[in-house]
Amino acid sequence: MDVTVDLNVNGRSTTVTTDPDRPLLDVLREDLGLTGTKYGCGEGQCRTCTVLVDGRPVTSCLMTVSRAAGRKIVTIEGLAREGGLHPVQEAFLSEGAMQCGYCVPGMILNAAALLETNPDPSDEQIVEWMNGNLCRCCGYPKIVAAVRRAAAAGALSRRGER
Amino acid sequence: MSESTYAVVGTRPPRHDATDKVTGRAHYGADFQLTGMLHGFILRSPHAHAAIRRIDVSKAEAFPGVKAVVTSADLPESPEQMVDIGEGAMPLSYIRGNMLARSKVLYKGHAVAAVAAVSPHVAEEAASLIEVDYDVLPCALTVEDAMRDGAPVILPDLRTKEFGEQTGRPGNVAEHFRHVLGDAENGFTEADLVVEREFRTATVHQGYIEPHATTVLWNEDGHVLVWCSSQGAFTVRKATAAVLDLPVLRVSVTPLEIGGGFGGKIRIYLEPVAALLSKKSGRPVKIVMSRQDVFEGTGPTPGSHMRIKMGARKDGRITAAQAYLAYEAGAYPGAMVAPGAMCVFAAYDIPNVVIDGYDVVVNKPSTAAYRAPGATQAAFATESVVDEIAENLGLDPVEFRLMNAAKEGTRRADGPKFRRIGCVEVLEAMRNHPHYRAPLEGPNRGRGVAVGFWFNVGLASSCTISVNSDGTVNLLDGSVDLSGTRTSVSMQAAETLGLRAEDVRPSVGDTDSIGFTEVTGGSRTTYATGWAAVEAARDVIGQMKERAALLWETDAASVEFDRGVFRAGGRSITFQELAAQLDETGGPVVGRGAVNPSGAGGSFSGAIADVEVDPETGKVSVLRFTAVQDAGRAIHPSYVEGQMQGGSVQGIGWALNEEYFMSAEGAMLNSSWLDYRMPTSLDLPMIDTVIVEVPDPEHPFGVRGVGEANIVPPPAAVSNAVYRATGVRLYRLPMNPVAVMEALWQKESEPGGGSLHSDAAA
Repeated sequence: MDVTVDLNVNGRSTTVTTDPDRPLLDVLREDLGLTGTKYGCGEGQCRTCTVLVDGRPVTSCLMTVSRAAGRKIVTIEGLAREGGLHPVQEAFLSEGAMQCGYCVPGMILNAAALLETNPDPSDEQIVEWMNGNLCRCCGYPKIVAAVRRAAAAGALSRRGER
Repeated sequence: MSESTYAVVGTRPPRHDATDKVTGRAHYGADFQLTGMLHGFILRSPHAHAAIRRIDVSKAEAFPGVKAVVTSADLPESPEQMVDIGEGAMPLSYIRGNMLARSKVLYKGHAVAAVAAVSPHVAEEAASLIEVDYDVLPCALTVEDAMRDGAPVILPDLRTKEFGEQTGRPGNVAEHFRHVLGDAENGFTEADLVVEREFRTATVHQGYIEPHATTVLWNEDGHVLVWCSSQGAFTVRKATAAVLDLPVLRVSVTPLEIGGGFGGKIRIYLEPVAALLSKKSGRPVKIVMSRQDVFEGTGPTPGSHMRIKMGARKDGRITAAQAYLAYEAGAYPGAMVAPGAMCVFAAYDIPNVVIDGYDVVVNKPSTAAYRAPGATQAAFATESVVDEIAENLGLDPVEFRLMNAAKEGTRRADGPKFRRIGCVEVLEAMRNHPHYRAPLEGPNRGRGVAVGFWFNVGLASSCTISVNSDGTVNLLDGSVDLSGTRTSVSMQAAETLGLRAEDVRPSVGDTDSIGFTEVTGGSRTTYATGWAAVEAARDVIGQMKERAALLWETDAASVEFDRGVFRAGGRSITFQELAAQLDETGGPVVGRGAVNPSGAGGSFSGAIADVEVDPETGKVSVLRFTAVQDAGRAIHPSYVEGQMQGGSVQGIGWALNEEYFMSAEGAMLNSSWLDYRMPTSLDLPMIDTVIVEVPDPEHPFGVRGVGEANIVPPPAAVSNAVYRATGVRLYRLPMNPVAVMEALWQKESEPGGGSLHSDAAA
């Protein structure tokens, strides 16, 4: 039985009428056209489909759309602000932390969530937090370097604000 | 190492496509949409080997929302022919047979039928209503099973080819070939030490994160339009046209972004099926694989059974080597054993060699290329034996390899004589690296080294460059960009034209817009498509010289070009200034480059691995890892490092965890990422990289492809490190905790602690 679900995605409210048990991933991609969120395994094992739900990284293949109702969802399309890239996006770009790029949206959202809770993580904390976001091309060193760079950029901009 | 006088080559500009990849705008295979599009689902065999007695699709066809159902009966019949499918050719009947099974299913996951419906879920539900009657047959899952007398015959028409001749013998051995150099028997008698070991490696998957995805419209004009993620649009076009018995002109393929391939997205699996569904339904059809489909229905890399015998004199000279390489082809012939045989002893100058290769059909998915296909298995075996000999002779393992290293003029047993290569330079870089000399303290720790080779290919590439009036250029090439090749190709054009990388706007063309270009594979894109871009840029310069000559009323031969400036008789004009005057001097300038280089310089790579083995659990942790590789010339060093790190990590996964875990009935028991463990960031150390540059003498910039050789040494390096840590040598991949514990217990149970290298004939 389809139900109507209120969703808040990238700061906009929308409703979808759908099976309440459908994965959020499918609704984002198929109903809302937000194809920046990618399918990798459907079992929460690769975290390619990571989105932020109330600021926390969530594998959208495991979360049902009804569970996401009323929460603040941010996808990769919602991270850049006013035409400018998010510092984590800038850092992945500058560091060349991608080859095929397929895992990058999930990586960036997870890293953004890390820097929200821990603006100055150690390398060990970065590796631990990012563990489980699978990348098959890069082997992770450049991704860790990108998160480190984003953290440094954040620290610089905070100093500028003071 | 390079005397860099280049302005662009060797720098690290941002990727042209990077912004789209960090914002989610890049369109991958599954992201493509068309109005009225249906969704396809493929029904797959639950059995590893069975005859199909009957398929009844009537209930599926009647299911609400279903628009078309197809089986192999919908595939056309046409005379047998060999079809080039990217890295090698295959009989058309096998390609069709793999697309949709005809009289038999040959592996669990073999496609049997397909449904197109209004949603993926309706299609899946309807597919479950298709009734297939199977007669289950016994299966053969490894080369040893399949080569046994009385083994189940998998392909009834298959006859063994031996030494290039048809024998007429039925069985599961598709081919047995042999390479001979010198006199191996004699060479072994000259040796003071002979070591012979037997090795096995499990089937592993390329593990690209993006599953295969395609959308196909069989248009009303009879034209088949394909949008898909693949490693080569032209190969998809050729294979799709062949399966559908259409001229290539009737098939157009638009490549979308690709989420990893590593060799696994060269062959096609979905396009003809989606085309048939589209033809029947009159609507575009998209098919996206699940992760389980990817594991069970696409081509992994061969499992192998190998024996390596090598002999050396006390002075450290290898006198002879012999290899037996038997690789699992999967359901159809084509195991990557031929390239394995090309690479197995390639790092060494050995006067007497015999290599026997066997391509063996088994009841597993038809195997495909995986990064230096065939070479990694072979190097695991060879580099383990080389390590054992070095230890027995009391020689440093890198020094021993250097004493026997292949160099310019060394002949390989499969024929070719090496031109300038960087094997020695790679080994010297390993020996000189601080990692190699760093103390490694603590119990249960060990350091291992290994080297590897991949021959690289050239092949056809096309490129056009159009000059804009502001002095920027648009570059169009035919190479799907897996890893940043838009930029590494553009940089070569920019260097030639005296422009900045960002003055070049690269695009990857579809099969209607650019000349034929082979797949992105064989480490060929930066090499060959880069070369095509240089040719196109030179063509642009030649045409622009004519324009300058026109302005200056001189002849073009007197105009010179250097670093973005045209000069003749004391006058000069910049590329940008001249670009602004194209309209007045004859119209647009479009340069073209089309190349087909045949003599690509191979790449050597080396690995130094430090491991710690937990004697309680058998878990192997890689503590430190250094990858060394000859890039010829690193066009964009960051991307070269990225290739080296990525290949190293895949090699570490192959070494320690990854495997198709099969039931006796031939079912893959771990066809999900819950159970098929690929390395995560916590599993790995930082991977240090050393780029060696021994330029390829023929390439305009000296490029050697770097995509593949880096995966070859890691399993052997890790295994050699495990040996140094534990005194136990493992002869089977993966070296997972169960295998390590088994080996440790085996050693314990042997008299005197049982050294596993006790049978080395000294």
